[in-house]
Amino acid sequence: MKAWLPSLLRLALVVLLVAFVTNPGWFEPLLKPLTENNAPVIYNQGSLLTLTLLHLRIVLIATVAATVVAVALAILVTRPAGAEFLPLSRSLVNIGQTFPPVAVLALAVPAVGFGEKPTLIALFLYGLLPIFENALTGLTTLPANVTEAARGAGMTGWQRLTKVELPLSAPIILGGIRLSVVIGLATATIGSTVAAKTLGEVIIAGLLSNNLAFILQGGLIVAALAVLIYDGLSAVERYTARRMGREVE
Amino acid sequence: MQIRFDKLGVVIAAIVAYAAFAAPFATFRANRIVPGQARSILEALPTATGTLLLAIIVAAALVALFRTPLVLRLVASVVVLAALALLIGAAGTFLTPAGNTLARVSPASGFWILIFAFTLLLADVLTRLNLSPLARVGVLVVAALAIGLLLISGSWDNLSILKEYANRADSFWAEGSKHVTLALGSLAAAVIVGLPLGILCHRVERLHAGVLNVLNIIQTIPSIALFGLLIAPLGWVATHVPGAAALGIRGIGTAPAFVALFLYSLLPVVANTVVGLAGVPRAANDAARGMGMTDRQRLFGVEFPLAFPVILTGIRIVLVQNIGLATIAALIGGGGFGVFVFQGVGQTAMDLVLLGAVPTVALAFAAAIVLDAVIEMTATKRRVETA
Repeated sequence: MKAWLPSLLRLALVVLLVAFVTNPGWFEPLLKPLTENNAPVIYNQGSLLTLTLLHLRIVLIATVAATVVAVALAILVTRPAGAEFLPLSRSLVNIGQTFPPVAVLALAVPAVGFGEKPTLIALFLYGLLPIFENALTGLTTLPANVTEAARGAGMTGWQRLTKVELPLSAPIILGGIRLSVVIGLATATIGSTVAAKTLGEVIIAGLLSNNLAFILQGGLIVAALAVLIYDGLSAVERYTARRMGREVE
Repeated sequence: MQIRFDKLGVVIAAIVAYAAFAAPFATFRANRIVPGQARSILEALPTATGTLLLAIIVAAALVALFRTPLVLRLVASVVVLAALALLIGAAGTFLTPAGNTLARVSPASGFWILIFAFTLLLADVLTRLNLSPLARVGVLVVAALAIGLLLISGSWDNLSILKEYANRADSFWAEGSKHVTLALGSLAAAVIVGLPLGILCHRVERLHAGVLNVLNIIQTIPSIALFGLLIAPLGWVATHVPGAAALGIRGIGTAPAFVALFLYSLLPVVANTVVGLAGVPRAANDAARGMGMTDRQRLFGVEFPLAFPVILTGIRIVLVQNIGLATIAALIGGGGFGVFVFQGVGQTAMDLVLLGAVPTVALAFAAAIVLDAVIEMTATKRRVETA
């Protein structure tokens, strides 16, 4: 495969995605055969662009919050003062991953009501786990000679953390963020079952009215977003890894 | 003797103090969908019992707060969890007016936070005890038996979630078995297809990137969309392929759910097979070749056993993921515990949501513990054998 082919495909996907969410009418003839009885072809209870932006906003807010909390927790349990919490936090992360997203969403509803909030909570919780796990791996597998050199150079604990440990773990932490964003994009669609305004609304409307065109457009937009964001974050990750001289598997 | 605080204990004690004294223990509602009234521990139980429960909770929180022997912490957490489990049932009986079949009593935030805090303590003790895999499965079995006994004894019968269960006991077990069949059946299909596919990808370099990329892209399609998209092709198969409809293949229902779960399961199985096979030490392969083993002998006698723990890890991921995803099958008429979750969300009847969510979480949790134990056992066995 030529080196420029993947970039060209990506560019084409971006153009297609932007064209679709801004001017879905152009694609009506393509989706028309999927509908029956003159059902609407393009989702007509809200603009696809608004829903896409709301979808991305929910994922962004949840991921930023999850990153801050997860990295802070990982730093805490890898300091001498928090070392006692390390084994427990590992088993908690393990347990947390067994909670199904639908259950988390549904159980958050009585506490915070319908709408965006339960979705944010579910996305936040799901986002925490991969980032925490990766941050922990990053911070506990630093090359010993580097940390010792930093200590030997007379750096304080804070300096070691911000100038050595965090930059060196950045690629691995980014890997966790990438995972949690992709999981979040998919989970946010389920949020529409509890009335969150995301692209899931389009899919669910399609399921309820047996309209395949709705299901396909909602699903494809989310999938395209996920593929592009996954690719973009992978590139950032490779870039930081090269700068830090660490290999990313 | 110097008194020393346990760091985790400080956190637990703070949570417990809030949950026991500030948060409601149970919620009382005149019927299943009206907003509830909060009841504290002392209001939800007869005075003597309520005081006793508070005393037990405070004593256990003190055990957690200070540095105490592990055995003491184990006993404290188990005693509190047992007391909470028994007394929430008692609160149901105490709060429900005699002869009133409409009133609902359900555990409130305080109860759940207390359960969380002492489970945290128990999890910490169990982690520090560093139990063997078999012992962990044993703990799981004992806990399951205890919960089963409580359910059979009827001491929880006055709680709202069990009243929801009593109204639909038959469909509960039917949906439950559908849920398990969906999760396990799609896993089995994914293993049958994924293992050979993984071996093929490992051997044929050109397939490797292509297959894994396709599977990666499938993973990015949101589950509800994938479930929906399969309705059309399967509906077509049902009407056009003779015999397909007789096999139960239909556009909506279990068939698209099964296929969607199968597609999601393929990536972890194939990827872990490839990683596991790639991790087989070159020396082992060379030795096998030197001994004159054929390709097939090498695959089954050397590569496969060595890669097994990694493949099992993939299967664990799939099983836990499938148990969770199977709840979404309810959206396309595929059944499973999701039926209760979505019905409950639709009727804003949270106890009905719990009736669907609690068994799902319990199943996923049990599957994770059992498979983790199996993985650890196969991995240690391998280390012992190679040592």
